[in-house]
Amino acid sequence: MAVVNAPGSVAPAPIVMAIAAAQRRRRRGYQLIFGATWVVLIAAIVLALTTRFDWPFLEKWWQFILGGAEVTIELTVTSITLACVLAVLGALGRLSTNPVANGVASLYVSLIRGTPLLVQIFVWTFGLAELGLVLPLFWAGVISLGVNYGAYMTEIFRAGIQAVPRGQREAAQALGLPERLIMRRIVMPQAIRIVIPAIGNDFIAMIKDTSLVIVIGIQELLFRANSAGRQTINIMEASLFAAVVYWILTLFFSYIQQRLERRMARSDR
Amino acid sequence: MGSSEAIVSATGIEKYFGDNHVLRGVSLEVHQHETVMLIGRSGSGKTTMLRCLNFLEEPTVGTVRIGDISVEADPLNTRSRGHRERIRQLRLRAGMVFQDFNLFPHMTVLGNCIEAPTHVKGAQRDQAVATAERYLDKVQMLHKRDEYPSRLSGGQKQRVAIARALCMDPQVLMFDEPTSALDPELVGEVLGVMRELANEGTTMIVVSHEMQFCREAADRVLFMEGGVVVEEGPPEQVLDAPREDATRQFLRRFLDA
Repeated sequence: MAVVNAPGSVAPAPIVMAIAAAQRRRRRGYQLIFGATWVVLIAAIVLALTTRFDWPFLEKWWQFILGGAEVTIELTVTSITLACVLAVLGALGRLSTNPVANGVASLYVSLIRGTPLLVQIFVWTFGLAELGLVLPLFWAGVISLGVNYGAYMTEIFRAGIQAVPRGQREAAQALGLPERLIMRRIVMPQAIRIVIPAIGNDFIAMIKDTSLVIVIGIQELLFRANSAGRQTINIMEASLFAAVVYWILTLFFSYIQQRLERRMARSDR
Repeated sequence: MGSSEAIVSATGIEKYFGDNHVLRGVSLEVHQHETVMLIGRSGSGKTTMLRCLNFLEEPTVGTVRIGDISVEADPLNTRSRGHRERIRQLRLRAGMVFQDFNLFPHMTVLGNCIEAPTHVKGAQRDQAVATAERYLDKVQMLHKRDEYPSRLSGGQKQRVAIARALCMDPQVLMFDEPTSALDPELVGEVLGVMRELANEGTTMIVVSHEMQFCREAADRVLFMEGGVVVEEGPPEQVLDAPREDATRQFLRRFLDA
């Protein structure tokens, strides 16, 4: 049997096709076992946790609890938007040659990253209220989460801006663009592409961290689950349902993030 | 060349990187329609000299004049608004082509070419587009006007970079090793464009190792070594009958390679 093709022949040699087929088989087998592992594990977990499940409770309350997801998404989107604005400002401050701007930005990052988010939520909501500044609950939550994430994302944006090759700035300078325009038109658009995956991760982390504002009584997903479950001591049912909803939300937004990254990669180098 | 006043005139340029004395008093004049080439081994200071001309490196000492704008090195005061604005005015008079192209990857070929004319010179968009198309045609890249740089070969990128610089209508075009990052088979198309520009009387300063181009297109060659200009003259004299030992050594090693 001829293993190698004759010169000029178009069809792949038999050995090449055999290798490809074997690889396909191996890949399919791998995927099958991988999927089966998930199914078995999930089934085991569900069976273990729902042996004494009060299904009628969920039947009665699931719509009420699910309604909290809307608030969760609103909180997430609003807070991450605030965080992005603060992060851009923070990054510009950290990279600024102005000592005041740099000082403000680095103190912001240090202070916020050095204290627990839960403490910050208390300060923004109840601490400020004691001083006479009563924020609407939703906005107290948004400020707590946005300011907190903004500090972490400041470092992400700073790294993103620094990752834009120096030649980009030089080319813009050589063309006579003023500093302000170089930042806005040349550096920032490229930095944003670089940080999109990191922002996506933070967005997904934020979905889950919004559950912390249960302590100030915002009626988001966990709040509703908890208030429904507490009355009849169905904490397991309510919490598991909330957990599933959080999981689905993160899966959905991870999928969106993936698509977004793939689309940006296409027009890129 | 001739009696006309120089378009570019640099006097007594010195540059330190830390303790490293890279330029030790270089002066240079370039007249209208002239193509001047800087040659020398790596580390001789030729690229630093070119970058000092538009203050991408701030000289430690010295003055650069391009057209009607003159800027004196002011390394202790680089942050001052007035100084930075004078540098920007200087840069508007000098186009620059880089070794690594430095096209803006998030803009199309056309976007790259109209960015500075519309945002810096305040040109109308359709007017900037017309200018850009003319220069893209000149470098034979008009057919790629809507492509992103990632889809272009190195030679194509460099030709777009040349068009982008031309769109600002500079008084002098500066090239920093424009073919060093190219695959050998792509060098020719870039040199071809440069040769054409030189023949049309574009004022050019070129840092390069392309000796063939030097012979064909340069009016004057400056050989640099150790941060000074060692020898200067028309290419046939500097390349074929060098007066200085350093030049001879450089050329011998270069032609052997």
